[in-house]
Order: sequence, then structure tokens, then C-alpha cells
Amino acid sequence: MTPPVLAVSGLRTHFFTRDGVVKAVDGVSLSLARGETLGLVGESGCGKSITALSILRLVPSPPGRIVEGSVRFDGTELLDLEPAAMRAIRGNRISMIFQEPMTSLNPVMTVGRQIAETVALHQQLPRRAAMDRAIEMLALVKIPDTRRRAAEYPHQLSGGMRQRVMIAIAMACTPTILIADEPTTALDVTIQAQILDLMLEMKERTGAAVMLITHDLGVIAETAQRVVVMYAGRKVEEASTRDLFARPRHPYTRGLMTSIPRLNRDADESARATRLTEIPGMVPALINLAPGCTYAPRCAYATGQCRIAFPPEVEAAPGHLVACWNAESLPEMERA
Amino acid sequence: MYVFLIRRVLAAIPVVVVVTIFVFALLHLAPGDPAAIIAGDLATAEDVAKIRAKLGLDQPLMIQFFTWAGQLLRGDLGNSIFSAHPVSQLIGQRLEPTLTLTVMTLFISILLAVPLGVIAAWRVGSWIDRGVMGFAVFGFSVPGFVIGYVLIWVFAIELDWLPVQGYTPLAKGFWPWLSNIILPSVTLALAYMALIARITRAAMLETLSQDYIRTAHAKGLATPHVLLRHALHNAAVPIVTVIGIGVALLIGGVVVTESVFAIPGLGRLTVDAILRRDYPVIQGIILVFSGAYVLVNLIVDMLYTVLDPRIRY
Ligand SMILES: Nc1ncnc2c1ncn2[C@@H]1O[C@H](COP(=O)(O)OP(=O)(O)OP(=O)(O)O)[C@@H](O)[C@H]1O
Ligand SMILES: [Mg+2]
Repeated sequence: MTPPVLAVSGLRTHFFTRDGVVKAVDGVSLSLARGETLGLVGESGCGKSITALSILRLVPSPPGRIVEGSVRFDGTELLDLEPAAMRAIRGNRISMIFQEPMTSLNPVMTVGRQIAETVALHQQLPRRAAMDRAIEMLALVKIPDTRRRAAEYPHQLSGGMRQRVMIAIAMACTPTILIADEPTTALDVTIQAQILDLMLEMKERTGAAVMLITHDLGVIAETAQRVVVMYAGRKVEEASTRDLFARPRHPYTRGLMTSIPRLNRDADESARATRLTEIPGMVPALINLAPGCTYAPRCAYATGQCRIAFPPEVEAAPGHLVACWNAESLPEMERA
Repeated sequence: MYVFLIRRVLAAIPVVVVVTIFVFALLHLAPGDPAAIIAGDLATAEDVAKIRAKLGLDQPLMIQFFTWAGQLLRGDLGNSIFSAHPVSQLIGQRLEPTLTLTVMTLFISILLAVPLGVIAAWRVGSWIDRGVMGFAVFGFSVPGFVIGYVLIWVFAIELDWLPVQGYTPLAKGFWPWLSNIILPSVTLALAYMALIARITRAAMLETLSQDYIRTAHAKGLATPHVLLRHALHNAAVPIVTVIGIGVALLIGGVVVTESVFAIPGLGRLTVDAILRRDYPVIQGIILVFSGAYVLVNLIVDMLYTVLDPRIRY
């Protein structure tokens, strides 16, 4: 097997706030093979975005800091890299699309320039050539009337259009890895599928590996080869998409699944839009966490041991990792 | 763009008209008989009558206003009561020192305060930030004339690097001109810098927390580029606004600073004219200052549309 293009191990990213240490990411390991699509799922606030930002070393600091771990990209340890070398990777070999298309573009710069800027920087192209490339990218992300649009400002574009521009910026330098942080969450339901399809098309075209962060298991089922499930700053389960849906081994993953009505590939739009908030209870604040499994307070299967120590990660089946004391003894999941 | 410019200029006309009426009223609504005011305390009744006839003050008010406004339109601001010279000539002579002082002050303040504010916001909470903020409080709270005298004492008297006071026109050489204007400009700039540095820091803090700044970093752009091209450009509208407002404050500051440094500019002319109750001169100066202020506002409004594509009038 070829080594993964990205290997994150034991990553801990903490925020040192006045109220205490927020352990936003607390010992997460994951890897990404070349050209693969990895899904990263979990409820709001479980540390998905901070994991992604840690990979690019863009965690807001202060108060945030990567306190431990390793991020190896194509054989290079990113956490040890000089700032200039790190900048040469951002937007070039690893790029990112953000959750908020309405605010992620600079309001006082034309969209053409915002794309051209990245190209000029990483490919050392002169202004004109960079702008030509930007206009080409606008066509690739299916924005009509590219020359006119390139001269427009973000406020003149719709949310879907802006996210297309973000995709154009991210893909302009044909990155090895694309991190997409809930690229469709903020968009209109009718636009979501279009943007997702566009992203996958761009991925096919360039052969980039994609780390797709989402709330939406329906999206994962349609797009990802492998899935990492996060809860309260930790990875609780990891498996191939097929294995995960065939046999979820963590009670939390089961909870996520039963919270969407149907799980087949042609789940209708309303199901796909369902947010994963229907498990009783709430994600704990990631501050001053009690020892033991962080999911125990909400878990129907929790036992005494669950409240004493966090369960170690075990390989329950080939390639299927789970961190739960009771993973083996869970009853068969009921299927509707 | 031109349509906007024309619209904006037309919109300034009512302001100018109101200012003109106010300036006219200054003399005529002042308590007492304008002719008596002009003639002074020692004048006889006959003198007063003569002045009244000469200035047309025996005419109806409306006629007087239109006569006066008509002269204004032809650039005639009347004559000084004290020296009998045309007011426009008096102002013209005093324009260069004041213009030099204002432009130099603006130049120094913007050149220093904007970078200071940017760095303070970038390194918020650090000692640089605290230093800049401390300086801002200091610049605000110490009066200009105190700073002026301290600077004179240090740089002119003790170190003997720069002249104590006075003004040399640019025509007499660059260094003599510059050496005379440095201390007054720095004096005046201090309070102004404090203002600009504070607003720059606040506006930058606001923009630096925006999502598009994270995007800029994610593109791999270097910090200076992110700070200047992305953050500062977005923070520019409030900064330019405050610089524009500050020009109004400068006009007051010029009067004090010119007195401290014995600069023969409009500020001094104002003080002298007020002390001598030289009404035509006072009127002329107010008109010039108001005109300058209207012009600055016009420039600021124009800059808004250049800086922020979302602003359209
Ligand atoms: N600047 C910060 N200071 C303190 N805590 C922070 C900061 N940024 C994030 N956090 C904390 O880190 C945790 C993880 O945040 P993160 O944005 O990664 O969540 P997420 O999984 O992406 O959620 P969502 O689905 O809502 O985007 C949250 O609990 C949040 O409170
Ligand atoms: Mg997030």
C-alpha cells in the first residue's frame, strides 16, 4: 500500500481561554490516501473545523495552540516547517474551502483578482497571465459570462456563486489535498447538490484527495470512501463508508444514523438537509472535561467503566477503528 | 464617477450658501451698530456716520447682503479696517505657512499613525500595542502648546538643531523651509496621530477577525500582504473618515501652534483680526476655512467610493 499523502497523528489543539483550557482537538489521528475522499462527521462544536485549521496551521493564536501531535504531508512534517515553507503549501498544495461563502471573500476586491492573487503567488505568473488563469477557473466552476464576473465584487454574486469562486480559488493551483469545511451547509438546499457535484467534478479533474467535513451523513454516503466520526474533540470511530453504514460500532455513530430518517443513496433532499442534532442531550463544553468517555452522559449503553476512563481505540475489524468499551457487546442495530 | 462628482458638488452648494449667510450675519447680528463696532470705542458720532455711509450700512439688509455676496463671487472680500489692504491679499500672503503646516502635519500623522495602528492591531495585547495605546492617551491629554514649548526647549535651545520659531518660505530654500516647519508640525501632529492610530487599531481589529482574512492566510499570502492589501483596505473607510474630521480639528490647532512658534500664517491673522475686531478679515478667514472644510469632505466622500465598491451614492 502506498503511504498516505496526509497523516495526522495524536493531534491536540487547545484554546487557552480565561475560563480554562478548551480541548477543541484532543488526540485525533487520521490519514488521507492520494485521490481519496475522506468524510469527517460530528455534531456542531466537536472540533472538525479546528482539526482542518490545525493541518494548515491556521488556528487563531492566541488563544489557540497546537500542543502536541504530528501532521505529515507527503513525507514532510508540517508542524516543524518554517513559516515561509508553510505558506508555500497553503493554497497551493493543500487548499481549503470554508463554511461561510457569504463572508469568506474579501468585499473590496474583485473576484477575478482574488483568484489571480493565489495563482500569481504560487506559480510566479505575471498579473495578466494570472488574471487569464482566473477567468479560466471561473469557466471551470461554471460561472457564466466570466470576463464580466471577474470584474465584479463579492456582493454582486449570490451565495452559490461565491462558493463557486471559493472552489475556483482553492483549485486554481491544482492542490494535492482539498479540505472542504461544510461547503454547502450555508447554502440553499437547491444549490447544495450543485456545489457538491462541482467539487467532486473538480476533484476528478485534478486527482486531489478531499477531506470533506460535514454534518450530513447522507452526503458522506454519496461521496466518501472512508469516514472519521468525531465527538467532543476526539475520533470515536473510523471505517470505510460501506463498513460504517453496514455496521456502525460506536453508540454515537448509531445515534447519528438514527437521527436521519433514511440512509439509502437516493435519500430525498429534505432528509439530506437534516441536521444531526436529534440525539438527546448536548455536546459537552470542551472545557474541564470529566474523566471517562465524553459520550457517556448521553449514551444509552454506558456502564461504570465508561465514567472512569476514556476507551482506547481498537481495530474491531480490518480497517474499522472504534473507541468504545462496549463496542463488542452492543445489540444489533434496528433498521427501519 | 463624473455624475457622482457633479452631484456631490451641487450638494455642497447649499452648505456654502448657509455659511455665507452666517458670515454675513456675523457682523450685522452682533450686538450694537456694526458701524460703531468697526469705528471702535474712541470714534465720534460723525466718524460712525461716515463709516456707515462708506460701507453702505444705511442700505436695507437684503441689498447689503446681495452687494456683499456679489463682491464675494468676484473674489472681493472687502478691505481690512485696520490696514485698509484688501482682505484677499492679506489672506493670500498668509496662506503658504498655514498650508505648509497643515499638509506637513497630515503627512507626518498619517505616515506614522497608520502603520502604528496596524502593528498594534496585528500584535494586539503585546508591548507594542500597549506602547501605541499609551502614546495615544498621552497625545490626547497633553495640550499642544505644552508639547510645543517642550520640543522648542529640547530641539531648539538645548540641542540647537532647529530654529526656535519663525517661518521661511519655500522659495528661500528647502532646508530653511523644512527646519522651521518640523517642530510646529510635530507638535500639531501629536494629538492628530493619537486619534488616527486609535481608529486605525480599532478598525483593523475589526477586519482582522473577519472570515476573509482567514481565507487570505489560507491562500498562503504573507502577513504584510494580508495586513495591507486585505485588512487595511477594508479598514480604510473609518480611517479616512477620521482623517477628514481631524482636518476640522487641525484648523483650531493651527491657531495655537502658529502663536507658539510665531508663524505668520492664517492662525496668527485670525488672532490679530479678532483682537482688533477687524470684521472683514474675520469674515474672509471663516469663508476660507469653511471652503477648505467643504472641499475636504468632498474628497473624503469621493475616497469612500474608491475604497469600498459597496458604497454608491
Ligand atoms: N477562538 C476560540 N476560542 C476558544 N474556543 C474555541 C475557539 N474556536 C473554537 N473553539 C472551540 O473549539 C471547539 C471546536 O470548534 P470547531 O469550530 O472545530 O467545531 P466544528 O466541529 O467545526 O463545529 P461546526 O459544525 O459548528 O462548524 C468548539 O467547542 C469551540 O467552542
Ligand atoms: Mg466548523
